[in-house]
Amino acid sequence: MTHNKTDNVKSGWLKRLNVGLKRSSDYLTDSLRKLTFSHKLDEETLSELEDILISADLGVPMAAKVIKDLSLKNITPENYDHEIKKTLAAEISSVLDKVSKPIPTIFEKKPYVMLVCGVNGSGKTTTIGKIAHQLVGQGNSVLLAAADTFRAGATEQLKIWGERTNCEVFSKDPGSDPASLVYDALEKAINDRTDVLIIDTAGRLQNKSELMEELNKVVRVIKKLDPDAPHARLLLLDATVGQNAHSQVKLFSEAIDISGIIMTKLDGTAKGGVLVSIASQYDITIHAIGVGEALEDLNNFDPDDFALSLVGDN
Amino acid sequence: MFDALSSKFTDIFDRLGKKGVLSEGDVDSALREIRVALLEADVSLQVVKEFVSVVKEKSVGGEVLKSVTPGQMIIKIVFDELVEVFGPDNTSIDLQATPPVSIMMVGLQGVGKTTTSAKLAYKLTQDENKKLLLVSLDVARPAAQEQLSILAKEAGIRSLSAILGEQPVGIASRAMKVGVSEGYDIIVFDTAGRLAIDQELMRELSEIKNIVTPKETILVADALSGQDAVNTANEFNSNVGLTGVALTRVDGDSRGGAALSIRSSTGCPIKLMGVGEKLGDLENFDAERIAGRILGKGDIVGLVEKASQVIDETEAKKSAERALKGKFTLEDLGTQLSQVRKMGDMKGIMGMLPGIGKIKKQVADANIDDKMISHQEAIIFSMTPMERKNPKLLNGKRRKRIAAGSGTSVQEVNRLLKQHKQMAQMMKKMGKSGGISGLDASVMGQLNQNFGQFRG
Repeated sequence: MTHNKTDNVKSGWLKRLNVGLKRSSDYLTDSLRKLTFSHKLDEETLSELEDILISADLGVPMAAKVIKDLSLKNITPENYDHEIKKTLAAEISSVLDKVSKPIPTIFEKKPYVMLVCGVNGSGKTTTIGKIAHQLVGQGNSVLLAAADTFRAGATEQLKIWGERTNCEVFSKDPGSDPASLVYDALEKAINDRTDVLIIDTAGRLQNKSELMEELNKVVRVIKKLDPDAPHARLLLLDATVGQNAHSQVKLFSEAIDISGIIMTKLDGTAKGGVLVSIASQYDITIHAIGVGEALEDLNNFDPDDFALSLVGDN
Repeated sequence: MFDALSSKFTDIFDRLGKKGVLSEGDVDSALREIRVALLEADVSLQVVKEFVSVVKEKSVGGEVLKSVTPGQMIIKIVFDELVEVFGPDNTSIDLQATPPVSIMMVGLQGVGKTTTSAKLAYKLTQDENKKLLLVSLDVARPAAQEQLSILAKEAGIRSLSAILGEQPVGIASRAMKVGVSEGYDIIVFDTAGRLAIDQELMRELSEIKNIVTPKETILVADALSGQDAVNTANEFNSNVGLTGVALTRVDGDSRGGAALSIRSSTGCPIKLMGVGEKLGDLENFDAERIAGRILGKGDIVGLVEKASQVIDETEAKKSAERALKGKFTLEDLGTQLSQVRKMGDMKGIMGMLPGIGKIKKQVADANIDDKMISHQEAIIFSMTPMERKNPKLLNGKRRKRIAAGSGTSVQEVNRLLKQHKQMAQMMKKMGKSGGISGLDASVMGQLNQNFGQFRG
């Protein structure tokens, strides 16, 4: 895999995101270019814009709502094409603004406990590696708990990220009870006065109630040692996900009251537009986005950039 | 209470009787709903547009099956079209080549390639009794090789041991040599997850493909994925040439529209579906299961399918013609009853009808059950053919015999005869008044009457 070694991380990922989006959204840009012939947002234009949003996974109701709001706006004729996109992006961004907040880096209560969950393959272990990298870089001590005792190779995978980030990994044998593992890990973090404990859980489909119960049990066990923990209950969403993200947010929240979302794999062609309708329906913070496989490929969620990428204008 | 139930039925069956042919208006309004349903199921917009236009073409002017509303009829057309898009595909894995036969698994990160590779190898060991070798070419993701070797061990299959620092192309060559020298039938290659737009890694994939010359190149795709699934599938297809698709996480609660997008845009058959986390949880793709799920209206589809299967058209036509001439015999009633019974459990059928769920209790109270229908059938079967043709023959003695023969009571026999008489009169009236599409009116009219009578 390509490891981006640029000093300026922000411009690095933006550039890459740009390249990816340019390739993928040519037809979107084309369809927007066509719109310059008209100077009013007529039905046809609005319907084409709605199609763009639907193609970005906003979902039919959310796309319709954004377009309805847009139809009430005035678009200045100069630089018309750009104006439309900017106004459309601003509509979307206004939905996302109120829920956007970075992962905390300074912790009053220690250990600060982060529980990371999501469906299989959503990028939990990789993202934990990236979060650990950031936190260690800011001078925190971090313990990683390998609570995915189910998937073959999951512990080994987390251990490699531990080596890369100089973090200790707390693990047990495959098949161990995740809740008791987490209890022991938290006890260790308390005794060692560790700043942050990040818990990697096994991937689970949200409709498997026994697995959701297992997750809930992990939380209950944590509360025995610290009633305020886990301070962050993070759900990872893969950018390629479609409308099923609604069910994921709903059912994971029912199980462990999700506090924040990280969207992974936004360096591909998928846009993750379903976040917009989730942001409008749930009071859940969106923290960050994953944009690659390297340690530094995790960025704070920026509503404006995200909105612009949805409408194909960076 | 019963009135509410009855009027509900009347309402439903009324609509059924009235329309013989789908109008453009019917079709347009139904298709608007179906467009949204497909989009909410994550079928790609482009595919939805094409699909809806095909369905429209097939629907306008089409005959409405007896026993369903136009809306349901359109859903049936949509369902059939979905199943057609998906197949009839050969879902079997092509192994027709000189061993070792290579199978290459490709896809984005986190779609389940490694797990699916192990499941497929396990399936081929079980189903085909073949000697399998599992090979991980994923040197990018930490511990990916360990993961495959652990799964292989669990499945009792050999995996090629990793050599530190060896690159994918090198591993692939080594695997082919081992495959030949150690007499493996099949080698399954698990590759690293990659973005379809990563040209460097796509080139690597082509290079690997040249070395292992796979008989099958299978895209592993996530059933949870959205609009982008189609882009990814197309990119992989044009870069490495796919022969099939494995859809993972079908045991989730997603509607799985990605399957339709991928199938119709790449033309590649979907061969496999992952339905759980255990090694045995890989099945051959089931188009009907996915089609029903994409529509999210599986129940109605089920009813439509059942109705069209059991209602023998000619039989229905004959009895309809007779009925309209006022010759609705007990034999015809018997046929009707057995048709209703063939549609399955009465409560099951009612469960499928929209809106009935809410009044389940009343349904139970009304005693509309299978016993009732089979009792009535038994009564008719206990008659002689002559009696069935001419109920006037049925004096008290004969009624007593029939009751005994069918294990019912004389009262029940009387009730059935009364029902039949009323139905026959109704039919006759309908026939005279004309203007009602004969077939639908008669068949459904009879059913309606039957249901009405159960109240007593």
